[in-house]
Amino acid sequence: MARKVLMKNNEIIAETAIRYGIRYYFGYPITPQNEITEYMAKRLPEVGGVFFQPESELAGINMAAGCSGAGKLPMLSTSGPGFSLMQEGLSFMSAAELPCIIVDVMRAGPGDGDIAGAQGDYHQVVKCGGHGDYHVIAIAPSSGESIVHDVKRSIELASRYRTPVIMLLDGLLAQMSEPVTLPQPKDITQYEKNWILTGAKGRERRIITSYTANTDEAEALNMRLQRKYRQIQAREQRWQEFETKDAEVILVAFGIVGRIAISAVKKARRDGLKVGLILPSTLWPVSEKAFRSLPSGLRSLLVIEENAGQMVDDISLAVNGAVSVERLTKLGGRVPSESEILKLVKKLHNRSKD
Amino acid sequence: MIETIRGQIPQCLIFKKPFSWCPGCGYGIITRILAEAIDELGIRENTIAVTGIGCFMLIDQFLDVDFFEALHGRSPAAATGLKIVSPDKVVFTFQGDGDCASIGMAEVVHAANRGVPITVFMVNNSLYGMTGGQMGATTLLGEKTTTSPQGRKATLHGLPVRLPEMLQAAEGAVFLARVSVSSPPKVVQAKKSVIRAFECQMGKRGFSYVEFLSPCTTGLKKNAVDSMAWVREEMEEYFPVGVIKPKES
Repeated sequence: MARKVLMKNNEIIAETAIRYGIRYYFGYPITPQNEITEYMAKRLPEVGGVFFQPESELAGINMAAGCSGAGKLPMLSTSGPGFSLMQEGLSFMSAAELPCIIVDVMRAGPGDGDIAGAQGDYHQVVKCGGHGDYHVIAIAPSSGESIVHDVKRSIELASRYRTPVIMLLDGLLAQMSEPVTLPQPKDITQYEKNWILTGAKGRERRIITSYTANTDEAEALNMRLQRKYRQIQAREQRWQEFETKDAEVILVAFGIVGRIAISAVKKARRDGLKVGLILPSTLWPVSEKAFRSLPSGLRSLLVIEENAGQMVDDISLAVNGAVSVERLTKLGGRVPSESEILKLVKKLHNRSKD
Repeated sequence: MIETIRGQIPQCLIFKKPFSWCPGCGYGIITRILAEAIDELGIRENTIAVTGIGCFMLIDQFLDVDFFEALHGRSPAAATGLKIVSPDKVVFTFQGDGDCASIGMAEVVHAANRGVPITVFMVNNSLYGMTGGQMGATTLLGEKTTTSPQGRKATLHGLPVRLPEMLQAAEGAVFLARVSVSSPPKVVQAKKSVIRAFECQMGKRGFSYVEFLSPCTTGLKKNAVDSMAWVREEMEEYFPVGVIKPKES
């Protein structure tokens, strides 16, 4: 039986990615994700991989695009300001259908903000801050163990759909150390070789491009991408549920806030309150299916986020007025506490009895 | 006559339709130079070209090699990514002055400084051609464009950027040249520099760069003959033609 080790979650991401075959990593220093960059710098050369420090996140995402076009799945990690700089590149890679893995370890914004963890990048990742109609797959781990699973899933989805996949964590979760069972090394990064650039030897030349020369081409590209996005929406929504069957109040939270919410649910149940939790694992596609068959006794959802209320918009759309959607938001890197969640839960629970 | 010309067409040149650049534009000559150099070095099947955004990107319709169309200014970064994965391929970028010396200057400077063995071809026509003739990093002093209607002023816009002269300081840059397409002898010289630049890369010696001075008839609002004369008389005056590095005695 594999032994558990205690590692910082940032390092679990890096080691797991290496074990699943990532050999090309581009990282520009930014807090609170530096442990990933430093771990990759040390470990990748040991396994015959390439660690590359670009001059900016702008250069980094474009180097990753080149790497991806040459047939190797690239990985990058950054925080909010760096992710903002990558947006044009993500629009490009989505259009040119170049897979990559990006870890965004969120810190408090806007602007330079603060290095304390937060969840303010939900909008710029899930809604896509770049130009044009595209989506990136966004996956939010909530623990060291889920990181192992989610790194694997990110690589599989990027390769299968030829598209960028973003792993979204808040700084607090990324900086925590947790016990974890690391996977056995297995390269799962391979993707189709019928489009990569290797020099036109014994075949027609290939062009990797996001440029369309006329409206017909532009429309065809967009329709192809939209078909792919609908397929991803239909197949790839993932979430976890706790105690939802008879719940009168359901909490909705991702990442570290989801972990705190689990504790709050346990405490509330001990106090006799019918409280449950939906913990989205994919942020895009939005886990709409989780909200299609809500329990009949449900009176309200409480969306808890470390931002001014970003995911709550998507949840409200998914619920479409079926129940009331309340919010608990924390700003500037503040973390919601179990007791403050419980206080609000009790209020909502009592209201549901009226 | 046509048959005679066809007989000389480089293998690497796709000759299915006329060039789509404006009459009198220098890109046709430059495309031909690159095609001949690639043929002579026998690297067509081993080459990956990277373009960006500008009139120059149309080259991917005429050179029979693999192409990567990068974002505006970022081709040296994309080329670096390609080269990291495939160190034995010949990877070159084909950029304009706006792409390379303005929005993409950080990428080309860092690529040169690292000595990443790619080749950057930059076509300097002193303005943004594709977007309609606006001022760029290499617009000459006094030159009137749609965004410098009174002429470029040093106090407001700075001096035109001499990019290869800037790159000299980078030890990773092993071959830097500026060439011109303004006369047949200069075209012959240009091809020699292109071949030397490719050879630097193939010998894994470091970063190489060739800048072409080239006319944009539409942007300059001059006919083909006058715009070529303008390159010869005005551009070559400010942008000296020749091998900049290694220094030739």
